Amino acid sequence: MSVLTYIESKDYKAKKNSFEVISYARALADQLSTDLVILCFNIKNINELSNYGPDKILNINNDELSQFNVQKYAEAISKASSKLSVSHIIIGGSTDCKYLAPSLSVKTNSTYISNVVSLPSSLTPFTLRRSTFSNKAFSDVIIKNEKIIIGICNNSFGLIEKKSSPEILNLEINIPESTINQESIELSSGSISIADADIVVSAGRGLKGPENWGMIEELAKILGAATACSKPVSDMGWRPHSEHVGQTGKPVATNLYIAIGISGAIQHLAGVSSSKVKVVINSDPDAPFFKAADYGIIGDAFDIVPKLNEKLKSFKAVNN
Amino acid sequence: MKILVCISCVPDTTSKINFIENDTTFDTNGIQFVINPNDEFGLTRAMWIKEMDNSTVDTINVGLENTEPILKKTLAIGADKAIRINEKPTDGFRVAKLISDYISNNNYDLIIAGRESIDYNGTMVPGIISEILNINFITNCVGLEIDGNKITAKREIEGGTEILSCNLPAIIGGQKGLVEESDLKIPNMRGIMQARQKPLEIIETENDEIGTEIIKFYKPKEKEEIKMIDSENLDELVEIFNKNAKVI
Ligand SMILES: Cc1cc2nc3c(=O)[nH]c(=O)nc-3n(C[C@H](O)[C@H](O)[C@H](O)COP(=O)(O)OP(=O)(O)OC[C@H]3O[C@@H](n4cnc5c(N)ncnc54)[C@H](O)[C@@H]3O)c2cc1C
Ligand SMILES: Nc1ncnc2c1ncn2[C@@H]1O[C@H](COP(=O)(O)O)[C@@H](O)[C@H]1O
Repeated sequence: MSVLTYIESKDYKAKKNSFEVISYARALADQLSTDLVILCFNIKNINELSNYGPDKILNINNDELSQFNVQKYAEAISKASSKLSVSHIIIGGSTDCKYLAPSLSVKTNSTYISNVVSLPSSLTPFTLRRSTFSNKAFSDVIIKNEKIIIGICNNSFGLIEKKSSPEILNLEINIPESTINQESIELSSGSISIADADIVVSAGRGLKGPENWGMIEELAKILGAATACSKPVSDMGWRPHSEHVGQTGKPVATNLYIAIGISGAIQHLAGVSSSKVKVVINSDPDAPFFKAADYGIIGDAFDIVPKLNEKLKSFKAVNN
Repeated sequence: MKILVCISCVPDTTSKINFIENDTTFDTNGIQFVINPNDEFGLTRAMWIKEMDNSTVDTINVGLENTEPILKKTLAIGADKAIRINEKPTDGFRVAKLISDYISNNNYDLIIAGRESIDYNGTMVPGIISEILNINFITNCVGLEIDGNKITAKREIEGGTEILSCNLPAIIGGQKGLVEESDLKIPNMRGIMQARQKPLEIIETENDEIGTEIIKFYKPKEKEEIKMIDSENLDELVEIFNKNAKVI
């Protein structure tokens, strides 16, 4: 029984978070003393996948899989996993993975555990730790089923490089028709999505109005970051809904989270607390966010952010 | 049309989360329970459909007696009937199985659940129901239109949105955007009075093997002291971005 990890692709390339997913799957396969198979769709150059130690790679090239479709994807992964006699399937924590995992679990008779933050602490009974109560707590869960789908949280495990020379598999898999049709797709051009970002620059009601977001966008651009906002900011239409982060918005688990003019309400913190480094800029020394951050600056965002942008630009000019 | 709204009963978003009995049990002392926010958007969306075409809207929860005030609230908001499956929900697959059994005996056209419950965060119940019943499933819905036998849903995806369509019967996972927060229906006096006459059906379950068991809870590690940076000394922050966060 092997471990299989399904990794997502975009523009014929593995998505960035894939390498963490493979690193986790490799470590699990080692713990179980078994093989690791990578399953992916339509990736042009699979060489970079072998930097993280797979034993085998199955890259299915099929136009039917060029766009995400929950039914087609779940079916393809399920068929591959039964042909390869897989016990554990490892996937990431993206929106699409969370969409397909429940279907996949029923198709493969597996138990699905989402939001997993570490390797099993015990194999018998199989025990995993997951994040729960919207990041306000963790729980240890025993899984009785032999077949398990593990969905891991972004940035919870990290990367472990381990070069291998994987065997390249070839499998014919029939993709069924889907009864769910995509009518259209609208992608916000150019900008980095919160899920893909390493850095998120987020701003709140302290910015006073949508016209003041220029400096936030500039900071994001300098850092190669995604932009985000607090809930009231999206409720008032200052920023698009897709930027709303927190307990009822998108979760953020990045390396760096910069919060500007955000008070740090419990619902906001719940969604962003798993970011590694949190920097807060707020004019009120008593803002609750200062209790939950790593670095803080007390001051007026309208004064600090433009200055910071200039400093970052000169730093980059000298050091790049 | 017959609509079923799945209601998960969760601690209010402002709740401090604590555990008792050697960290094996969630401490409900002083906790106010509410309709899971993602389900609340779905419930209001269902009410709008009902207002348009006289659909019936039922609500369902898998939970113990303490969830009844929440189910009564859904009746006061306008649901026709509430169903409580009498079991403590601890496993997403089991909850989905119990709801699926109810649906297959009662033939609903549209089932509305939430994208995710904010306590368990399984993101699994509606997806598993769809697979057990072999019906269409669309999640992360920020918009839903119904035209005869066809639904069209706007789904939030990474970096944008997509429009998906499928035939009924179907199940969706809703979130904010399905309706706006300012549109959320709240019970009024008349609704509360009417709710008293509405049925709240209780269903007993049979013992069955449950596939997972939560053995312990943990609270996140206490945060280390924050390091303050003087607003006149932004070079220090640039240095931190470079050295500690390694982002530039
Ligand atoms: C059911 C429910 C769910 C919720 N879910 C979420 C969620 O998912 N995400 C979320 O974000 N919120 C959520 N909230 C809302 C949350 O409770 C707060 O109201 C919200 O996070 C506050 O947003 P804010 O910090 O932008 O605004 P405010 O609380 O108004 O804070 C603005 C901050 O800006 C600072 N400021 C003002 N001027 C300046 C300046 N010139 N320079 C620097 N700083 C300045 C102020 O000191 C203040 O701290 C939810 C609420 C409820 C009831
Ligand atoms: N105990 C429950 N009773 C009824 N519906 C539930 C229950 N738990 C979860 N759901 C539904 O399933 C959705 C997703 O929950 P979850 O899979 O726990 O993230 C929720 O938004 C609810 O609509």
